[in-house]
Amino acid sequence: MKEHMKLVKNAAGRMVPEKINGEPAIPYKGVGKYIPEGKKHAVTIKSCANFPDDGNKQVESLKQALINCGLKDGMTISTHHHFRNGDLIANIVFDIAHELGVKNLRWFPSASFPCHEHLIKYLEDGTISHIEGSMNGALGRFCSHGKMSKTAILRSHGGRYQAVQDGEVKIDISIIGAACADPFGNANGLYGQSASGLLGFALADSEYAEKVIVVTDKMVEFPCVPWQIQGNYVDYTVLMDKVGIPEKIISGTTKITKSPDRLLLAELTAKFCDVTGIIHDGFSFQSGAGGTSLAVGEYFKSIMKERGIKARFARGGSNKYLVSMLEEGLVDYILDGQTFDLDGVRSMADNPGHVWTSPFTSYNYHGKGNFAQLVDVVILGATEVDVNFNANVVTHSDGLLLHGIGGWQNCLFSKTVILPVPLFRDRIPIITDEVTTLCGPGELIDVIVTERGIAINPLRTDLIEKVKDSGLPIKTISELKNEAEEICGKPVKPKTGDDIVAAIKWVDGTIIDVVRKVVE
Amino acid sequence: MNNKISFAGNKGDKVRSDCFVSLELKETGGIVINLQSKVKVVYGDSIIKLLNSILEFFDIDNCELSIEDKGALPFVIMARTEAAVKQLINTGKEYLPDFLPVNSYASKKDQFRFSRLYLPGNSPSMMLNAGVHKPNGLIFDLEDSVAFSKKQEARFLVRNALRALNLYGAERMVRINQAKMGIEDLEYLIPHNVNLLLVPKCEDADYIKQLDTEVEKIKRKHNIKQPTWYMPIIESALGVEKAFEIATASDNVVSLAIGLEDFTADLGTKRTKEASESLYARTRIVNACKAAGVQAIDSVFSDVADMDGLRENVRVSKSLGFEGMGCIHPRQIQVIHDSFAPEKDEIDKAAKIVKAFIIAEQKGLGVVSLGSKMIDPPVVKRAQTTINLAIQLGMLEENWIDRE
Repeated sequence: MKEHMKLVKNAAGRMVPEKINGEPAIPYKGVGKYIPEGKKHAVTIKSCANFPDDGNKQVESLKQALINCGLKDGMTISTHHHFRNGDLIANIVFDIAHELGVKNLRWFPSASFPCHEHLIKYLEDGTISHIEGSMNGALGRFCSHGKMSKTAILRSHGGRYQAVQDGEVKIDISIIGAACADPFGNANGLYGQSASGLLGFALADSEYAEKVIVVTDKMVEFPCVPWQIQGNYVDYTVLMDKVGIPEKIISGTTKITKSPDRLLLAELTAKFCDVTGIIHDGFSFQSGAGGTSLAVGEYFKSIMKERGIKARFARGGSNKYLVSMLEEGLVDYILDGQTFDLDGVRSMADNPGHVWTSPFTSYNYHGKGNFAQLVDVVILGATEVDVNFNANVVTHSDGLLLHGIGGWQNCLFSKTVILPVPLFRDRIPIITDEVTTLCGPGELIDVIVTERGIAINPLRTDLIEKVKDSGLPIKTISELKNEAEEICGKPVKPKTGDDIVAAIKWVDGTIIDVVRKVVE
Repeated sequence: MNNKISFAGNKGDKVRSDCFVSLELKETGGIVINLQSKVKVVYGDSIIKLLNSILEFFDIDNCELSIEDKGALPFVIMARTEAAVKQLINTGKEYLPDFLPVNSYASKKDQFRFSRLYLPGNSPSMMLNAGVHKPNGLIFDLEDSVAFSKKQEARFLVRNALRALNLYGAERMVRINQAKMGIEDLEYLIPHNVNLLLVPKCEDADYIKQLDTEVEKIKRKHNIKQPTWYMPIIESALGVEKAFEIATASDNVVSLAIGLEDFTADLGTKRTKEASESLYARTRIVNACKAAGVQAIDSVFSDVADMDGLRENVRVSKSLGFEGMGCIHPRQIQVIHDSFAPEKDEIDKAAKIVKAFIIAEQKGLGVVSLGSKMIDPPVVKRAQTTINLAIQLGMLEENWIDRE
């Protein structure tokens, strides 16, 4: 961020700008404190008179579709991460933009992956002005070093839906990659070589983008059912040879960690949930597809079997372990946001116990409730946690921006939030005095599980009472922080420049923190 | 001036929590430190400060020191740097990390030793969290898991780990090298509170006696009062034949362990899961141990993924009279503890017997009886052992008898 900005202190005590990239920005006001006024965004009214009578919207190439959509300088272009690190679409879109000499585009992905390192050259030559979305690896480094010409903006999955719905981000052209589609534009992620499960991350874009292109490598005759994206929102459809690299879209099989330290974290987490009664008949949980989270799920499973109880629902990307719980009758429903392995894809196609969810149903904070808040317990990760239970998921202790927010912020509204984290990773303490970047306020984070002890947020007097006499290694968060520093030494805060390279949005669209340029 | 370049530590993509140090002494030019570290932003200054203080301690004024750091803790950086220095400089000085007060505990001769976890002596990453898995004992291994060229640097690392790493109450064990090299290991270990030495490939009571003499010498020099126990490992046919002699060679021998990989190789046979090829050796060792009044400890179970196999292995082991087993993976610890621990009905029965014994004593009866059954003294003794174990394991309260 090269412009000079006026900073104000937000409700979390962080200094944030009142304007970002020339647009007004609202400082974070506290959990549930900011209620927006006004109407949702609406796209221009369309007419069937302007679309083919036979419903065939297929054009010969993505380039043609982009030209037809009026691709020009300064537009906002959205893509999605259903193909994860196997995505080919985003790179091709900007190859075309570059070829056409279009400049100053805002890229608005639902997430970026290492495969998008290809786009750095377009950030350098001005084809892309900046990214609003997660930045992993190389893109994160590029941004951290202040090389992006404008300020990046990071949002949660729910925050992205909210921003589109509220009109904070007006998408000019959305390119939706789908494993299977028909020429009318109905599409799903269930069939074909690039099957990824769901297309929920593209839902907001289909509803609110001015122009929508569906790109597929499996074009079927109308109707493509079930449709996850409705063709009635779609302007053009394109058939390509390949939209993704299958083996990078979905792992053949997800694997539980073998690391004894992570297994210990998972075991302690599950024991905690057991003794506090969080695991009870009819409960609900979410744990991700990371090695530790999968292991937590397996410990849950054995506790549930031992107690003869089942869960009403589990939220989370389907994977072989969650699917086995569904098949064994240990959960009634899996609420799917995405799918992580082939067992997940298979089960989703066969088993009516899968419920399709989207960032709208699961995460959007500017709606009449969402599913994440109904979950009894969610198991999440963090790069840092501080003595006030605030947590960071985007930067590391050296100040580098290396991860996206994903659904992490949205999941904090679950009834109990547990972060199993090691006390330190390669000498870097995870529990610190103050997080480098604030992503989640401590009042929403209940329990920190480390291999050297479990800290409970003092606000959760109910949990503190329940673990008395449990034999679990309960400590205060400050005790854990001190233990980490005794082992690793007192960490030094990274030197940062004044330049703000990225802003972190809270679930309601306010600015909770910023990331500053890393100085070598 | 020794102008070769010395190296210590490990490098490579998979290396974590370790560092690689290279050192070249110079005539002039002062101290040049090249630091590459994945934690440079957070700990770079403190690493440079530490390296300078080590060089100053060894009176080095001119050198080029390069370090590739993968998040090594200070005690590791110290060990690696000292190892590099001592390849170039002959000195009796030692750069020691502070001794953590929590590490000063002693162990008892007859404390239970169900599980003991092996840690390769030159791999810091596996050491750091070992204690949190709560094995009964932690073994820093200087023998088989350390390559010959790394033997010397592992001594510095293990010495520093004994001082600076919290082992969370696990019995502090080291497996020394064989023969003369094992004796040479002692000065790196004994002054730093080792509770127990594992003596590999033991075939000879004289070696234990020699060990005793050398350990005592170092203890006197450093005024150390705490005991150092020995667990000789029997790994050969000759060792099996000499088991009783070895077990009774010193009062400091607390147990014999059997090492089946080497033993089966010595027999010229293959190690099988059923282990019938070593049945004689194992029962012979159990017998020697019981005769000598020490613990019999079984070999490790090497398939770390097979928990059911491990459980069955422990069951057999316990039924033969073994009282513990080695672990090569932390996940084996709980299974071993659960399987060696007395079962609930065993405890209940033992409690009844002990109670009957106490009542008989109070009444001045010469004979203990439970219902219509007479109870022999050895049965009472075994019941008391079970009760003691249950109390130590927290399965029974200390004042159980008052609560009955």
